Amino acid sequence: MTGGNGNQPDGPAIVVEHLVKNYDQVQAVRGVEFEVASGEVFGFLGPNGAGKTTTINMLCTLVKPTAGSASVAGHDVVRERDDVRRNIGLVFQDPTLDGYLTAAQNLQLHAELYGVRSDLVKPRMEQVMTMVGLWDRKDSPVATFSGGMRRRLEIARGLMHSPRVLFLDEPTIGLDPQTRRSIWTYIRELQERERITIFMTTHYMDEAEWCDRIAIMDHGQIVALDAPETLKAAVGTDRVTIHTDDDDATIAALKQRFDVDAKRSEGAVTFGVPQGEQFVPRLFAELGIPIKAVNVSRPTLDDVFMSYTGSTIRDAEEDQSKHRNRVMMQMMSGGRR
Amino acid sequence: MSTTTDRPGAETATGPTPGEIVRVTVPKRSVGSELRAIKIVWRRELIRYRSDRLRMATTLVQPLLFLFVLGSGLQRLSSAGTHGVSLKTFIYPGILCIAVMFTAMFSAASIVWDREFGFLREMMVAPVRRSSIVIGKCLGGASVAGIQGVIVICLAGLVGVPYAPLMILGIFVLQLLLAFSITAFGVMIAIRIKQMQSFMGVMQMIVTPMFFISGALFPPSGLPGWLAVLNRLDPLSYAVDPMRRLVFNHLSISPAARAALDPGITWWGWRVPSLLEAGMVVVLGLAMLGIAIWQFSRTE
Repeated sequence: MTGGNGNQPDGPAIVVEHLVKNYDQVQAVRGVEFEVASGEVFGFLGPNGAGKTTTINMLCTLVKPTAGSASVAGHDVVRERDDVRRNIGLVFQDPTLDGYLTAAQNLQLHAELYGVRSDLVKPRMEQVMTMVGLWDRKDSPVATFSGGMRRRLEIARGLMHSPRVLFLDEPTIGLDPQTRRSIWTYIRELQERERITIFMTTHYMDEAEWCDRIAIMDHGQIVALDAPETLKAAVGTDRVTIHTDDDDATIAALKQRFDVDAKRSEGAVTFGVPQGEQFVPRLFAELGIPIKAVNVSRPTLDDVFMSYTGSTIRDAEEDQSKHRNRVMMQMMSGGRR
Repeated sequence: MSTTTDRPGAETATGPTPGEIVRVTVPKRSVGSELRAIKIVWRRELIRYRSDRLRMATTLVQPLLFLFVLGSGLQRLSSAGTHGVSLKTFIYPGILCIAVMFTAMFSAASIVWDREFGFLREMMVAPVRRSSIVIGKCLGGASVAGIQGVIVICLAGLVGVPYAPLMILGIFVLQLLLAFSITAFGVMIAIRIKQMQSFMGVMQMIVTPMFFISGALFPPSGLPGWLAVLNRLDPLSYAVDPMRRLVFNHLSISPAARAALDPGITWWGWRVPSLLEAGMVVVLGLAMLGIAIWQFSRTE
């Protein structure tokens, strides 16, 4: 009877209503709301400590919400914890493999814990391991695997029981760009082949482009939610970054002569203008301060982030890491680092 | 009918047809699925034990030092008190308990490792009862400790203990019970501890006194009052005592030696029977298993 609503493959995969989580005095998540459609690749984007991991932990029943509700695959995350767990796959930020066991043994263990029918374990294992290119390494101890291989194996393991929703918490963190790219190829391929919903978090802006839709999270709240293209188009301005010897004077001059609000970011002065290319000649002619370098770029997700939060994601991270260390410690208790 | 059969055909698939995706379904929780979970957690402990030969050796070093070095070294000092019985023979049952105890505690420590290396999460999010994980862990730890115990049992001949089949069977069963109870005790502690270093500290603080007080190295009679009380309170005493009685039943020694070396644990002059002692070990083990399950179910 409880299987009823879980059987509608076309209903939303995730529904979140006013979800809140407080740790002691810290509000980690402050009332987020969103829906994820079945088969969607949905990205949660934001600096470290923005509340992404806490949200994902609530959705996969690891952490109990302070207030609000959420359902995954048609089941409430608090009242129907087991039903949620049977329908989701998880890949955590920190590795959760047993290094003493071989790759196949790790997957076998997972299959046994999830009660996968014995005669289906082998074929399913071959399939998921082939997909991530590790089938020929199935009998090697996981301790001998590189970081990228482990992450791929964890993704394969998360898929062992054919979940309806796969949660990936920072699936590419700490990996080199090439490996990151290949992980993304697997994820997209996976979504196409298995038609499953993927919910992931990242703080790499460029990776969010792979998602169908993204939610930008900052200070425990969702500040924007749409397709990456739509979000970028909505920014409407090009980003101009200039290097000078005197940033303060430059910001003042920009305000005074062009009525442009510029900010200092990552050692340069940056601002948005509607037509960047046309603006640059005027800038050189009228600014009155020598410019050492200039860069004009089309809006990126970084700009989207900036326009909603007022800072770049890296600045926000430095800022927040100080305040949020405590929350992160609680959330990652058991983490290796 | 109430299972997640949103993937039609899942139950009829027999193998991977090329190009077709093998769909599996996760069934609702049942006794069978819990037993399967217990079994795989138990098996994992054994696989890890097998691949970690160093641990096998290191946990045996200390008991064997006690048995052969201390046993031989103190022999001359104590020969009058032991009525001619070799000190090694005397401490052998106690040493067997110690070997089992150390291994069981180390096995329990794997929960702390699992937490530190993240693997615990993999088990925590699985759709199985937390109790299944704890029971599997305890059975696994008990099996590993039991195997170590068997190694020590095999050494019996070296210290003058005969290989009498009934005695061997008896001490085998006793050491299994002890292995289980100590693992449950260790797991109960390990669940609350986040770091390996702290666990090692706690172990030093609890296990070492338990071992010294238990009478593994001395007979539990004629002790100073305070030590006698502590000895009666130490659960390990009730594992060492029946073990020793069983071994001494199969030694051919003088009644005087028997009385001096195997006085048995007494409560206000009443000698506690072996069966009651073994029963206490089991009941304590089950109680600690219960507490461990309760604690583990509450952690997020």
